[in-house]
Amino acid sequence: MNKYVERLYNGLVKENPTLILMLGMCPTLAVSTRAMNGIGMGLSTTAVLILSNVVISLLRKVIPDEVRLPAYIVVVASLVTVTELLIEAYLPSLYAALGIYIPLIVVNCIILGRAEAYANKHTPGLSFMDGLGMGLGFTIALTLAGLFREVLGNGTAFGIQVLPASVEPIAIFIQPPGAFLVIAAIIAVQNAIGIKTRQRKLVEGGCSGVCATCSAQCGMNEEVSAK
Amino acid sequence: MNTSLIMIVIGAALINNVVLNQFLGICSFLGVSKQMKASASLGMAVVFVITIASAVANLLYDYVLNPLGLDFMKTIVFILVIAALVQIVEMFLKKTSPAIYKALGIYLPLITTNCAVLGVALTNVQNGYNFLESILAGFGTAVGYTLAIVLLAGIRSRIHEEDIPAPLRGAPIVMISAALMSIAFMGFSGLSF
Repeated sequence: MNKYVERLYNGLVKENPTLILMLGMCPTLAVSTRAMNGIGMGLSTTAVLILSNVVISLLRKVIPDEVRLPAYIVVVASLVTVTELLIEAYLPSLYAALGIYIPLIVVNCIILGRAEAYANKHTPGLSFMDGLGMGLGFTIALTLAGLFREVLGNGTAFGIQVLPASVEPIAIFIQPPGAFLVIAAIIAVQNAIGIKTRQRKLVEGGCSGVCATCSAQCGMNEEVSAK
Repeated sequence: MNTSLIMIVIGAALINNVVLNQFLGICSFLGVSKQMKASASLGMAVVFVITIASAVANLLYDYVLNPLGLDFMKTIVFILVIAALVQIVEMFLKKTSPAIYKALGIYLPLITTNCAVLGVALTNVQNGYNFLESILAGFGTAVGYTLAIVLLAGIRSRIHEEDIPAPLRGAPIVMISAALMSIAFMGFSGLSF
């Protein structure tokens, strides 16, 4: 696979920042009340992430190693301020919906995490694709959570009524507890799929495999099948 | 006047609980709550840092940023102030009370990236709080955070011994516990003076 495309795949699926790495949970839980908010927050974060990755990658030979974290924070905070001002000017309704969570993109661990783990070691082109992949992975996870919460809690999807009016929406899903429940359910489904795939692999390959972790997995799967 | 000050503390600690209602500081809430002792230490450190940070952020905003018309710089300035403050608090504690410093350990530097700290500083500005109100709001928020993380740590130590369906092990069951706590905390929204 082309290494640029590989970065996209990595961010979207293999190392999805929200669902696999569990980074950036605060905005995921907080703004996923509507699918539209999820897209808005996701794309704002993506924009900041791409720009910060490129800037930090360009500066990677200039910034001294000892002060790299403060330097990254200043870069990210400046980019977030620019993004915040742009959203306030051109998308006032989104600005009102996301509120304090826009400036809080500064402390989103995905951004500093990618700067530290990827952008300061790779070329601007690759860092751009890494930011794009990670950002879109984050956007998809946020939108998915937002969609579930909006349909269950409000009966609408992207603002359009989808449930018949006779169905009473379950209001708890757009309130704070719903955020925890929906994300828990998404991760649980993903775990269940993971366990199934691992079991299939075990049936095919048996437990005599070479990997050191295999015994642990076998133990776990025996526990599962015992239930 | 007095009731409104009390209301700020109670509102920040219980009604608008920073973790369960506003989703700030979730990373450490989920990550550290494995152990009761670590949770309590982190809570202490957070109370310390957030209270000081809200005071400093308020002074900076009222006397430097706002008069100079540099309102838009607040995110950058606050995050740098918080990072510097955590460093200073760390050095200060190391010199004056090594016992507390040792108890807080790694959790002290990690607070810089806790979004609750920046969140409180920004909310205080948004609400137009004065110096005293900012300190109280910061203190209340931090107490709420400590309460939530210590409670979750207690619940998790019990969950640990239970037989949980495999897909729910790890993060999902912790989030479901947090959801139930959040529902319980919603009861506080009926509080008003």
